[in-house]
Amino acid sequence: MLSKSKIFFKGTVAVLPHMLSVIPFGIITGAIGVELGFDPILVYATSLIIFGGASQIIFMQLLSGGASSLVAITSVGVINSRHLLYGAVLSEYLEKLSFIKKLFISYFIVDQGFAESNKYIKQNKNLSNPHYYVLGTGVTLWFCWQLSTISGIILGSFIPEELGLKFAIPLTFLAIIVNDLRKLDHVFVMLVSGFASLMLFDAPFKSYIILSPIVALIAAFIMLRLKK
Amino acid sequence: MTWLSIIISGIVTYFSRMAMVALIDREMLGTKVKEVLNYVPAAVFPAIIFPGVFFNDFGLFVEITDPKIYGAIIALIVGFFSRSVIATILSGLSSYWFIVFVI
Repeated sequence: MLSKSKIFFKGTVAVLPHMLSVIPFGIITGAIGVELGFDPILVYATSLIIFGGASQIIFMQLLSGGASSLVAITSVGVINSRHLLYGAVLSEYLEKLSFIKKLFISYFIVDQGFAESNKYIKQNKNLSNPHYYVLGTGVTLWFCWQLSTISGIILGSFIPEELGLKFAIPLTFLAIIVNDLRKLDHVFVMLVSGFASLMLFDAPFKSYIILSPIVALIAAFIMLRLKK
Repeated sequence: MTWLSIIISGIVTYFSRMAMVALIDREMLGTKVKEVLNYVPAAVFPAIIFPGVFFNDFGLFVEITDPKIYGAIIALIVGFFSRSVIATILSGLSSYWFIVFVI
C-alpha cells in the first residue's frame, strides 16, 4: 500500500513534464498582463484568484480592449465551464471525502492535473487515497503557475516575440491526449471538437471553448448509440 | 472596478471546479452519462489545440506553410509513437524553432 505522501509525490512527478509548457505559458500570461497596461498587482491577482491561464489572458485582453466587465466575466465562465466536466469525472474518486476537503481540493483542479490524475487513478483502481494524487498534481501546478506568472510580470517585455512561446500552449494540450490517439473512437471525437472549434472560433465571448466540446460530446453520444 | 471583476471571475471559476465535486451527487449521473464523460479529454483539448495551431494572433487562418503546422504535425507523429508528454512538446517546439531560426 502506498503512503499518502508517496501518492502525492507521484502526482507531482506526473505533472513535471508539463512544466515545459506551463512555465512558458505562465511567463507569457504575466508578461501580456503588464504589456496590456495593468497594474502588476492586478495581473498577479488573476493568477491567485482566477488561477486559469487561458481565462486570465482572455480576461485581461477583453478588459484592456474596452469590453465591459460583464463580457469579461462571462467569457471566463464560458472558458472555465470545462471544469464542470472534469469535476464530474473526478467526483467518483473524491466522493468519500468530507465536504470541507472537497471544497479545498476543488481549487486545485486544472487541465494537466485532471488529465494525469484521471489516467493514473483509472490504471490503479484500488488506490486508497486517490485524492492525494489529485492534490500532488494540483499543488505542484499551482506553485509553478504562481512563480512563472510572477517571473513574467518582472521580465515583462524582455522576452523576444520571435521565440513564439505561445505555440507551447497547443503543444501541451496535444501532449495530454497522445495516449488516446490509438483509439479510433477518441480520435473521431477529437476531430469533431477540433473542426467545430475552427468553425465556431468567432462566436461571441470566446464561447467556442465550450460549444466545441458540447458538439463533440453530442457526437460521442450518437456514436455510442449507433455502436449498440 | 477591475478588482471586483477579478473577484467575480475567481468565484465563477472556483464554482466551475467545485460544483460537480462538492454539490452534486454522482448517483445522479447514469451509466450513459459516465460513458460519454470518458470522452471529455478528447472533446475539450482539441478545441484549444486547433485554434492555437491554425489561427494567428488576430484570429485569422495561418498559411498552410506556417511553421506552427509543421511543428504540430511532428509533435503529433512523435506523440503517437512515443506516447510521451515531454517528447511531444520538445519535438514540436524544437522543430518549430528549427524552421523559424534555421531555415
